[in-house]
Amino acid sequence: MLEFYGNVIVGGLLLGAVYALLATGLNVIFGVMRMVNFAHGEMVVVGMYVGYGLWAWTGAPALVAAPVAALLLFAMGYLFQRFVANRFVEAPQHMQFILYIAIALIITGLHAVFFGPDPRGIQSAASFEVYQLGMIRFDAVRTQAAVASLVLIAALWAWFRYSLTGKAIEAAAENRVGGQAIGIRIPHLFALTSGLGFACAGAAGALVAPMFDVQPYLGGEFTLVAFIIVIVGGLASLPGALVGGLLIGLAEALAATVVAPSMKALFSYGLLVLVILLRPQGLFGKVEV
Amino acid sequence: MLNMRSVRMVVLLLAVLFAGPWLLDDFILSVLTLVFLFASVGLAWNLMMGYAGQLSLGHALHFGAGAYAMGLLITKLGVSAWFGLPLAFAVGALFGALVGALGFRFAVRGVYFALLTIAFAELARILVEHWAFAGGNGGLFLPALTPDNRPLLSLRGDSGFFYHALLITLAVIWLACALLVRGRIGYYWRAVREDEDAARAIGVPATRVKVLAAALSAGFTGVCGAWYALIQGSLFPDSVLGMRMSIDLIIAPIVGGLGTLFGPILGAIVIQPLNELSKDFAQEFSISGLKLIVYGAVLLVIVLFAPHGIWPPLARWLRIGRQK
Amino acid sequence: MNDRRLSSTRRTLLKAGALMPAVGLPGLLRAQSNTLKVGVILPLTGVLAFPGQQTRNGAELAVKMMKDQGINIEATYIDTESKAETGRVAAERLIRDGHSVLVGAWDSGATISAAQAAEAAKVPLIVNVASAPQITEQGFTMVFRNFTSAAQLVTSAVQRIKELPRSASFAPKTAVLTHTSDTFGQAMLGGVKALWDRLGVDIKIIEVISYDVRTRDLSVEIAKAKALNPDLMCPITRVNDAILIVREMVKQDFNPMAIVGPGSPGPYEKAFTDALGKYADDYITCVPWYDPSRATAKAVLQRWAKEFPGERLELNSGFGWEGIQVAADAFKRAGSTKPADLHAALKTTKIEEHLMFGGPIQFDEKGQNNNIGGAMLQIVKGEPVLVGPASIAQGQPKLPMTKWKARA
Repeated sequence: MLEFYGNVIVGGLLLGAVYALLATGLNVIFGVMRMVNFAHGEMVVVGMYVGYGLWAWTGAPALVAAPVAALLLFAMGYLFQRFVANRFVEAPQHMQFILYIAIALIITGLHAVFFGPDPRGIQSAASFEVYQLGMIRFDAVRTQAAVASLVLIAALWAWFRYSLTGKAIEAAAENRVGGQAIGIRIPHLFALTSGLGFACAGAAGALVAPMFDVQPYLGGEFTLVAFIIVIVGGLASLPGALVGGLLIGLAEALAATVVAPSMKALFSYGLLVLVILLRPQGLFGKVEV
Repeated sequence: MLNMRSVRMVVLLLAVLFAGPWLLDDFILSVLTLVFLFASVGLAWNLMMGYAGQLSLGHALHFGAGAYAMGLLITKLGVSAWFGLPLAFAVGALFGALVGALGFRFAVRGVYFALLTIAFAELARILVEHWAFAGGNGGLFLPALTPDNRPLLSLRGDSGFFYHALLITLAVIWLACALLVRGRIGYYWRAVREDEDAARAIGVPATRVKVLAAALSAGFTGVCGAWYALIQGSLFPDSVLGMRMSIDLIIAPIVGGLGTLFGPILGAIVIQPLNELSKDFAQEFSISGLKLIVYGAVLLVIVLFAPHGIWPPLARWLRIGRQK
Repeated sequence: MNDRRLSSTRRTLLKAGALMPAVGLPGLLRAQSNTLKVGVILPLTGVLAFPGQQTRNGAELAVKMMKDQGINIEATYIDTESKAETGRVAAERLIRDGHSVLVGAWDSGATISAAQAAEAAKVPLIVNVASAPQITEQGFTMVFRNFTSAAQLVTSAVQRIKELPRSASFAPKTAVLTHTSDTFGQAMLGGVKALWDRLGVDIKIIEVISYDVRTRDLSVEIAKAKALNPDLMCPITRVNDAILIVREMVKQDFNPMAIVGPGSPGPYEKAFTDALGKYADDYITCVPWYDPSRATAKAVLQRWAKEFPGERLELNSGFGWEGIQVAADAFKRAGSTKPADLHAALKTTKIEEHLMFGGPIQFDEKGQNNNIGGAMLQIVKGEPVLVGPASIAQGQPKLPMTKWKARA
């Protein structure tokens, strides 16, 4: 019994750490810029394909693929924001939704056209490895992904807190006019932010590729998980994204033991509904004025 | 929008369309039937978005609820499909009122409201996937049509039958929307959409009015879902209650034009044939995902260059409606 | 003043006029021809792509081999994308394009929805692979299923399981059953629930675990199964989830006495053995299979090695092949390409010399072939080997299975 629950909890937390990276990326875009990035999940899938592709060509492990994916998606995010999405920063939210949904559809379609709709799995010896610690099994792939995610999250936190640009972004998000008045280049900063957000998604995708077979249609699920975590954890709150991610990963794993595992998402959606209705600022967010 | 010229145009158009089954082949009929279906849902969704100003991304909930209501009624109770239509409306409206009431009562707006609707749709989908009575993930199959089937009783027939049925449904829903929009409720809706606080200040029962929009929108969507069940002959939760369906339902009204009566129809006329063409093309050349690229590209073009849809500029060109 | 109205009406009429010629032509062309147009509906992409494509290979081979015997068949393949509701759309399209008989659709859900369209259009549908009972229990008159129903699959699987040699190290008393929640999985579960005890199996099923066929993570499900410590694992799977199950079992070091699938695709497929390497061995599954002692099998194997080197002839390709054989046989006897004539010929089908293990291919009044036999396979060094029944076995089953950590 103890072994069973212990392993389920550990597995859930490890996955939760990767979810947290995913959510941090969305938090940066949605929380800071208030852009409703409904294509976040598709960016994760791009990262997954990068991870798969690199493995297929060169046998590179996820830890090598993750920075590559991050760079590629940073560029995509920056360019997209700079030349397309910046126009929508002040637009009504349903317009933003439509913009991102359009992008999501196009990217999913392109994946299907170029990679085919069939799931592709990374079948390496690493998929069978575990680190055994007494009763508890640490799935090798998950552990590596979790550690990498935490490192990236910490790096992002530090950057936002201590670097000049990072602080400028936060300032600009809170007070756009004021920011412009003191010379902060808003379009560039927002593009940077979008790039960072997409980069997180891409890195998360590459880390997750050895765990889940990659196929074009996974995007929607990832987008929803990311939104759930961001809302539950709290908008624009980086600790919120981390705690939220771990919480959701853990909760889904435990829910799978209580109800049929295929129903585990019920818990996450139920939590989302409760948070939206009763405490929309989430666990760590500030109440909107 | 409802001047005599528009009305005469519409009636004439309807008469011509009614002659369809005697002039067109089966395939065209079935495409047009889908056009009518998605136009109807588009009009229904429009009530929420275009008039009450609330973005619902979980309309598959109402669509699926109506579809399953009809499906279960026919397969489990063996009752005539005619009862399924009002039942589908009621079930849809119930869910719509529920989601609306919860959302509006807790002052949920914008993105949050959209996510709330998504959450409810997903909850329904997961629950139905595990609901053995409704076939769960394995699907609910309507009984095969016997040779002595009477379409007017079972509401299932050949492509000509469904063509007429959906044409009539579209006409009815369109008329209902037109009357509502022109009436007092429409006036309230517009007031609430423009400035909710000001509307309350002059005595508009804002919450009640918004819940009514949600309920009507969902009810009409439910009826369309019921027809979908009859046409398809089988229901699967992940296709009829899933996010993909929610998006499919709203593409037509967005492309056509939010907040207009002809926008959703025009949008459906543009989108459905594109859908068929891209599916054909994809089969020919064994490419998957083409339809998604097409949909995405169309949405992108609209949102960048014609954010209010293609009906407003078209209407201006045809000089229909009030001259500004 | 009236210009606008006229022009829009004229536009509509023109549209209608232009569409008029597209009426009624295809029907004329069907009746006389010496080539049979067969529409094949299969999942060629998506989660069921691998078995779907193997089925297609079998069908393509059969088309070639039938041509050598002087029967001309033109087969069109339509992809259901592994989505059940696409079966109906695919069937309607094929019927519209003048195909006289349909073969399909591999997946139970897609087959039922295709059957609805076939029934409405009075075009016969030969079911190559699909086991849900509804296919022959719903009163379809156009359906001819050359595959076992879920009940038959379970019955023959249970037979094979009872025949497994018991010994000191192999005396299973308990089992955990896992299954996919799609139409197929649910049909199989129904079959097991109804027949397992009735057929007198001395192994008790202590838990049933279901999951979505598209799932990507089965760690909790396998952990649950492991915690119950059953003697047997009995998975009803497709390919991808079968791979996930074994992978999780390896990672969690879950070693039951044996893994015995009571009738499902997955383990005998090349994708499975390729993905798992040494971990695929010793997996036992009970499914229909080709009869290697038959003349047809020898001929097919020979030709298959030439046309599809590197691919494996198995259940999917085998039934894919037979589906075309049934259509060709009916065509030869009917001497016409009219669906009604083919339907009549199909009803009187009796093919003695065919590929799969079992009696002659014949359809009862519900359209079901009741003569299909169930075999038992075990994966040995990455290849499926027949280990039952004794009449066609090519080897003895290895029981209990080699523990994961002991595999070289």
